[in-house]
Amino acid sequence: MRFSVYSLMRHALGGAAWPEQWRSPEPRAAYDVVIVGAGGHGLATAYYLARDHGVRNVAVLERGWLGGGNTGRNTTVIRSNYLWDESAMLYEHALKLWEGLAQELNYNVMYSPRGVMMLAHSVHDVQVFKRHVHANRLNGIDNEWLTPEQAKAFCPPLNTSSELRHPILGAALQRRAGVARHDAVAWGYARAASALGVDIIQNCEVTAICRVPSGAVAAVETTRGRIAARKVAAVAAGHTSVVMAMAGLCMPLESYPLQALVSEPVKPVLPCVVMSNSIHAYISQSDKGELVIGAATDAYVSYSQAGGLHIAEHTLEAICELFPTFRRLRMLRNWGGIVDVTPDRSPIIGLTPVPGLYVNCGWGTGGFKATPGSGHVFAATVARGEPHPIAAPFSLDRFRTGRLIDEAAAAAVAH
Amino acid sequence: MLLIACPWCGKRPENEFRYGGEAHIARPLDPASQDDAAWAEFLYLRSNPKGMHAERWRHIHGCGRFFNCVRDTVSDRISATYRPGETPPR
Ligand SMILES: Cc1cc2nc3c(=O)[nH]c(=O)nc-3n(C[C@H](O)[C@H](O)[C@H](O)COP(=O)(O)OP(=O)(O)OC[C@H]3O[C@@H](n4cnc5c(N)ncnc54)[C@H](O)[C@@H]3O)c2cc1C
Ligand SMILES: [Zn+2]
Repeated sequence: MRFSVYSLMRHALGGAAWPEQWRSPEPRAAYDVVIVGAGGHGLATAYYLARDHGVRNVAVLERGWLGGGNTGRNTTVIRSNYLWDESAMLYEHALKLWEGLAQELNYNVMYSPRGVMMLAHSVHDVQVFKRHVHANRLNGIDNEWLTPEQAKAFCPPLNTSSELRHPILGAALQRRAGVARHDAVAWGYARAASALGVDIIQNCEVTAICRVPSGAVAAVETTRGRIAARKVAAVAAGHTSVVMAMAGLCMPLESYPLQALVSEPVKPVLPCVVMSNSIHAYISQSDKGELVIGAATDAYVSYSQAGGLHIAEHTLEAICELFPTFRRLRMLRNWGGIVDVTPDRSPIIGLTPVPGLYVNCGWGTGGFKATPGSGHVFAATVARGEPHPIAAPFSLDRFRTGRLIDEAAAAAVAH
Repeated sequence: MLLIACPWCGKRPENEFRYGGEAHIARPLDPASQDDAAWAEFLYLRSNPKGMHAERWRHIHGCGRFFNCVRDTVSDRISATYRPGETPPR
């Protein structure tokens, strides 16, 4: 079924039930490609495998429900103004795909390029952000420097008073950046992939990776039985270390809880996304009216899928300082996701030492924005058995060669 | 917030401490003989288990000393803390 004005009206007025948006088949005995993890990245990978590479005998296995991992837990900030050329190419590739994604998938992912403004609070911040602006422009990516007055004009509720504990000395603004609806991204890719023949199998946890004596992957064991596979692609975010250990691989990853929270819904008050890496707060307003607030990770590795209250409190203090008018808002919900963090804060996309095993992970605190681009280049990598040119620098091997893509030093955090 | 027992000072709230990463990763005794893969393993590879994890903490707002801790990364429950040089409890 295609969504259109006509089909929406027919269902709204006629009261006809909406059909299921994707099939829920029983797993088959064997697939060409088994993808572990039905988050946005895994589902996008499946979709592009089927659409661009004719690989349709694909299963996406999900231990919980699709989109129930970090995809459905994130604060949806989308931007591409990363410092290094390799990252800029990757995230800009994704941003270009976001721009046409709703039409492409015939599913409203509510991509809203309302601008992402990153606040500078110190001389160091100013220098780093200006360096970003110049580096981005050399790569053809929009990013501009705003004075505090210009920042205030772009975002009126912002407190630009010099009395602030960490006064705002300026901001970097990417106008094409913004937000999208996280669930819709997972659902849209699931629907489109399913229509092309991909089997999405929920409540199916991969518990072992089986290999032939030569070492190549042969199958996965799951809570719903053994499934043979010519290729296995792990896209398991916070659980990647656990999945890769099933193939005997130790990863350069640590898993941390990352939290977010939302306020009660209010009328439109915040026209853009505002981020402050220095005092650690980021905030936007959903179309429902809730303020969507991102906090920091806990200090220690954990799979608890919750975070310490003091972490959320710290972020709220920063938000109240930046936006005094938000002080009386009540918070409705908070939650955590488990993010897989690499030493250089850049993702790992590509081949592994185990033949037939591929990995796409390490997106840490900031991979939602990359979902379409990540799926696109990873699908090409899995289909061809060699890295897509944009993915090539993000190899697992870079930790041995030392060719790190150090966005950690560049940005400290990378939402 | 965790309640962490410093082996010297006793139980204190988490925000008196700084997390120090996975414990018992020893720097190679003969650095010159290590190849790139061995360095990558020392610097970057982490066990990151879903379960028992031996980790370092430092009591920065207390005695200032490093110590080790065993914690379940699913429940965050701490089963032991012990001084550097001591072997992890089994
Ligand atoms: C609170 C929070 C805020 C964030 N904010 C932003 C933001 O503003 N902007 C941004 O760009 N990014 C943000 N991120 C990061 C972003 O959410 C992730 O990088 C991205 O969603 C990862 O997508 P994914 O598809 O790889 O992972 P996920 O959506 O986590 O999917 C992985 C899936 O694998 C499944 N799985 C794991 N193990 C197994 C197994 N053994 N068998 C079967 N299935 C398995 C999991 O259940 C899960 O559904 C945030 C993350 C969090 C937690
Ligand atoms: Zn102490």
